[in-house]
Amino acid sequence: MYRAQRLGLKYLAASTVIFGAMIIFGLLASIYYVRPGFLLNTFNFSTAKIVHINGLVIWLLMGFIGAIYWFLPQEFEREVVGIGLAEVLFWVLCASVAVVIAVFIFVQYGAANEWSMWFINQGRKYVEAPRWAAIVISVTAGVFAYNVIATCVAARKATGVVTVLIADLVPLVVLYLDAFPEISNMSQDLFWWWWLVHLWVEATWEVLIGCIMAWTLMHLVGASRRVVESWLYVEVALVLGTGILGLGHHYFWIGTPRYWFAIGGFFSALEPLPLLGMIVHAVYDAGERHLQAANRPAFYWTLAEAFGNFLGGGVWGFMMTLPQINLYSHGTQWTASHGHFAFWGAYGCGVISVLYLAIAQSRGNQRLDGAAWKWSFAMLNVGMVGMTGALLVAGIDQAFYERAIGGSTWNAYLSMQGRPWFNESMWARLLFGLMFACGFAVLAYDLITIPKRQQADAVEEATAAAGS
Amino acid sequence: MYTQDVYFWRAGAIATVVFMCVVLAALTIDTLRQISPGGARVPSYDVINSAVTYQYDTSRGEYLPKIGGEELIFGHRYTEDEASTLIAKGKLVIQSRACIDCHTFFGNGGYYAPDLTRAWMDPVWAISPGPKRAERLAKFLTNPLRLGARPMPNLKIRRDEAEAVVAYLKWLSSVDSNGFPDRFGAPGAN
Repeated sequence: MYRAQRLGLKYLAASTVIFGAMIIFGLLASIYYVRPGFLLNTFNFSTAKIVHINGLVIWLLMGFIGAIYWFLPQEFEREVVGIGLAEVLFWVLCASVAVVIAVFIFVQYGAANEWSMWFINQGRKYVEAPRWAAIVISVTAGVFAYNVIATCVAARKATGVVTVLIADLVPLVVLYLDAFPEISNMSQDLFWWWWLVHLWVEATWEVLIGCIMAWTLMHLVGASRRVVESWLYVEVALVLGTGILGLGHHYFWIGTPRYWFAIGGFFSALEPLPLLGMIVHAVYDAGERHLQAANRPAFYWTLAEAFGNFLGGGVWGFMMTLPQINLYSHGTQWTASHGHFAFWGAYGCGVISVLYLAIAQSRGNQRLDGAAWKWSFAMLNVGMVGMTGALLVAGIDQAFYERAIGGSTWNAYLSMQGRPWFNESMWARLLFGLMFACGFAVLAYDLITIPKRQQADAVEEATAAAGS
Repeated sequence: MYTQDVYFWRAGAIATVVFMCVVLAALTIDTLRQISPGGARVPSYDVINSAVTYQYDTSRGEYLPKIGGEELIFGHRYTEDEASTLIAKGKLVIQSRACIDCHTFFGNGGYYAPDLTRAWMDPVWAISPGPKRAERLAKFLTNPLRLGARPMPNLKIRRDEAEAVVAYLKWLSSVDSNGFPDRFGAPGAN
């Protein structure tokens, strides 16, 4: 095994730990909705939410980096250039994440000065991490990009997947620099903030996971490189062709000009197209293989990624993307429903798929079948669908009663929070969240016990062979 | 056949992405011009010296902020530089307390607490006319009382910080956000 692959496994393990932490803080955040005043002035909702959503970004980012360190040496059949530096930065990143979470939990917020921005909390959604930590993330992302580019140069070979990956890493690193500014004008602040959030999540991350899934399909089901790479280019054209100007659906209400209605509405309505293409292909592949593959967990999680991306990102996004609907749905739990489903479907399932693939490959492609992965697969997906369904009901309730009828005042908002449909939805979200957490616990158990189970299987097979 | 040629699809992908990036760059330049303070859609910061209301505009078919005559906050008329400094301080308070992780601004944020886009003109503060409204808001920020089912935590906001936030919310309420939120504070609405 290459050193880069060992590093990839470490990244995947760390991302799984952070996944667990973000679930705990997500559950905590959901309690505030059913118990108003919960931990008031001790551990406020905002702190739980900050750890939850920053954990989301970090677990997925570390999962992507881990997946690429796993596949890259196999692609070039050589060690990754600059791997020593990457190994050091992995530990620096882990330590930084731990310190940032500790500061979020124990310090929470500071006074209105530059010290708070540099060392406590920047207070911009998704990029609350203080500036020093944002620098660590930037340096790690920069070194990661250097690893990929330098390895490609050293190997004197550029496959289609790596070409797309390199082209994608440049904006990925550059856009993150948007995590630093402190712009007084909220309209301009949100304008640039969406460049980071949208162009990461709905453009560069989509391409990144496209590259990872391309490798996964080649390794998992032996898909043809020519077909996979052609599809990857089609996906890049469709994702970025619709996603770059699809940015406009975030520019309806932040003070930006009216022409974004037409541009954002039109292009974001097309955004589900590449996801539809993926699902058609996934259904075709699954049918052709009669839902069978040597690595069934990885195969099923790949299918879940295609379906989840299409439903969560595509259908849920399309539902609320036209300005005439968005005027009322924007900023309600409807948005949270879309966010949960899309992140899970598009990225979470993909990272778990790679996790199973990398573990199987690292252990000589032994079979990973068993009951635990099926339970975790079912509980995680049913839990997520339940949560998004509950949030959708709450969001639609808000869109009608708080927004369209109530006129979005403080009173309209606060009286909405007491409505039975809203409250029942919040309880349902909490219960499905618990199911999701149980699914994660079984997933962690399954991953941790794979080596032990495989040893037991080997002993059993040896005993049976000796007996015969 | 050309459709089986990987390079055909690569050329298509590159052309599409370059074209979209060029269009986005052009739109960005125009948008930034319009949303600069004092631009077509975002008033300059000294708007905090004027009355700001939200009215239905028949020509556009949506609610829009209207800037009225002089209406000072905290008994002070701010020069453009003073207003700019105060607004910058207000934004820093908002970031340092991570307000956006509970509230929303233009609908973006935490969804756990009310949207702050038009908080300045919210009927909950309208019991008092202009100058007293600023005072009530500042008092609430320094010592939050329970409003409805969702209590706001005490984030140790000092008086000077609270005044900066109030100024910020007043300026924010003057931004033309294409009718968002609809019917805010309209007759017949809750």
